[in-house]
Amino acid sequence: MQQFLQQLVNGVVLGATYGLIALGYTMVYGIIQLINFAHGEIFMVGAFAGLAMYSYVLPESMQGNPFIVLPLVILAAVIVSVTVALLVERYGYRPLRRAPRLAPLITAIGVSIFLQELVRLFYPGARSQVSFPRIIEGPNLELGGVTIARTSLFLLVVALALMVALQTFIRTSRTGKAMRATSQDADTARLMGINTDRIIVLTFALGAALAAVAGVMQGMRFVSIDFRIGFLGGVKAFTAAVLGGIGNITGAMLGGFVLGIVEAMTTQYLLGSAYKDVAAFVVLIAVLVFRPQGLLGERVAVRA
Amino acid sequence: MHNGQRFWRASALLVTASLAFAACGSDANEEGVGATGEGGAATKTVKIGVIAPLSGELSALGQGIRNGVDLAIKQANDSGKVKGWRIELAAEDDTAKADVGAQVATKLSSDSQVAAVVGTLNSSVAEQVAPILNRASVVMVSPANTNVALTGRDKLPNQQRVYNTYFRVATTDDVQGPFAANYASNELKAKTAVIIHDKKTYGQGLSEAFKGQFEKNGGRVLGTETINPGDKDFTAVLTRIKPLNAEMIYYGGEYPEASLLASQAKQQGINVPIMGGDGMYSGAFFETAKEAGVGTLVTSVGAPTESLSSARDFVDAYKKANYSQPYEAYGAYAYDAAKVIIEALSKTLTETSELNTATRQKLVEETGKVNIDGATGKVSFDRFGDTQTKVLTMYKAETKAGKQEWVAAKTDEFK
Repeated sequence: MQQFLQQLVNGVVLGATYGLIALGYTMVYGIIQLINFAHGEIFMVGAFAGLAMYSYVLPESMQGNPFIVLPLVILAAVIVSVTVALLVERYGYRPLRRAPRLAPLITAIGVSIFLQELVRLFYPGARSQVSFPRIIEGPNLELGGVTIARTSLFLLVVALALMVALQTFIRTSRTGKAMRATSQDADTARLMGINTDRIIVLTFALGAALAAVAGVMQGMRFVSIDFRIGFLGGVKAFTAAVLGGIGNITGAMLGGFVLGIVEAMTTQYLLGSAYKDVAAFVVLIAVLVFRPQGLLGERVAVRA
Repeated sequence: MHNGQRFWRASALLVTASLAFAACGSDANEEGVGATGEGGAATKTVKIGVIAPLSGELSALGQGIRNGVDLAIKQANDSGKVKGWRIELAAEDDTAKADVGAQVATKLSSDSQVAAVVGTLNSSVAEQVAPILNRASVVMVSPANTNVALTGRDKLPNQQRVYNTYFRVATTDDVQGPFAANYASNELKAKTAVIIHDKKTYGQGLSEAFKGQFEKNGGRVLGTETINPGDKDFTAVLTRIKPLNAEMIYYGGEYPEASLLASQAKQQGINVPIMGGDGMYSGAFFETAKEAGVGTLVTSVGAPTESLSSARDFVDAYKKANYSQPYEAYGAYAYDAAKVIIEALSKTLTETSELNTATRQKLVEETGKVNIDGATGKVSFDRFGDTQTKVLTMYKAETKAGKQEWVAAKTDEFK
């Protein structure tokens, strides 16, 4: 039982990272039907921006204080990630908005390789793994025999808060309504006076900000990052988004958690760790066979 | 009109492209002329290639290899070791991936000036690289491959050499794994262990060799788990093995994952020693593992470079050459591998000879006969191309003056 709970916690924490990144995939898809394969790299760039803030901008005297360090590191990550995402949208995707759908997809893959190489070549030491500060120090928390690291708990709390905030924003605010309208029918939305270009920009920015937070969290948890984390993180998050029903915001989060928990549970109870990815993708295939729209594909929040 | 414009654009592009190519071409030519002009008496050029991960996670080890070879080449050129020839370095990045390794091996083997290659770091990459170089009769001397199958010595009872041009100065898994197992049984007095490996040729080979000897010593392996190279989150695996309460964990793999594994094990309250092979023996291990890495044990081939009297000259020369990266685990071995090649070249190439099929064949033969005193001790090969020296060292991670480092715990010749 204790084992089960521990694996559940492991899975939920892992899933929270997947979910945060998956939101960016799903929102962009919901609005412009583009699988933004460069999104994993936005997550990676965020992690590196946070690290740059920590190692090059913050004076050493401040580095021990998480209450100063953490907000600044996250802020730097968000600003850089959002800027990069908006540049990519403006110069990579917008000129291709009327092009066949394959064109922006291939552009996205190109942008992804471009960003990876950019970081690899120009961030000092990024050719190999670079170490990342833990920021939140302190012993692990024990809850009924279940161990959870402080950084993992923090990740979980922040991820859930951000997910709730995003939901509320899209459900209740005027801009959120405009986002939903744009995703349902961009042309009609424009006729109704919605500046759809601005909505698209906003969508990219929101997704990038969430990915940046996930990037910093990943760095803190694993105390190291490298220029390839975006690829694996991106693939898993994309899987989560499809699993939950691409275009659906609650679905992306659910998909993230399901994927994380399936991976942890497979390691524990089925076949062992060698098969965890096999199990994750078997679940994906099964869902796509029986519910091609994904777990929550029909309950339209932004659009399936 | 529209078509016309398109045509112009396309031709402009073509012209630009061809100009760019032409520029590259003339650059290369100029370089070639410069090199031969500078050398004076040394008019012919022979190249020693390097295939190692110069970027990516294992680059710390790979750059040490390249620098070791570079140093050996510089010394040989300065002393005019191969009369009438100038040796050049041709370093290629395999990014620790087998397919990239195959590409750069093909590239090097198509260069008529490349006589030999030092590399690779990874056994899995060597599996792709060795056959390509063998076909082209290019000598390959690995400073680091430890998988037994590469030389064919494992195929009992009919052992047969696989690639005629393949040699290595590194001690193999069938020695390294059992050496670790003996240390675990005799020094740690461990009776139970859990094995984790990364499914790569190296990690799995090492783990199996460890398991065989550990069980022969009367120990029990309580479970075997695998992880994926590149993964970051190992909490699920660790949660699974925690209740087994094994006295130690043996990890078959390399430092990027090992360092994460060590740090996450401590976080999960698993406080038993983690033991591994030379793939973990890098200073970069501590960048991620930090204090959590203390107590980790690794075996590595040979005696510690710093402690060897034979290595003193190498260490001094390396310092003097001012490389921006440390020589790491394999720098001295790469240096020796290059020295082996240079020795063989000096016996093969004369001032009048050409690098052709006949001399290439002779080079392979001479490499097999080499017997020199290298930085890591005596270097010579058996009939499989394996090194005859089987000295190994167990290193333990300790904190010294607030910094973690590897400290030699036991050096021994494995019999």
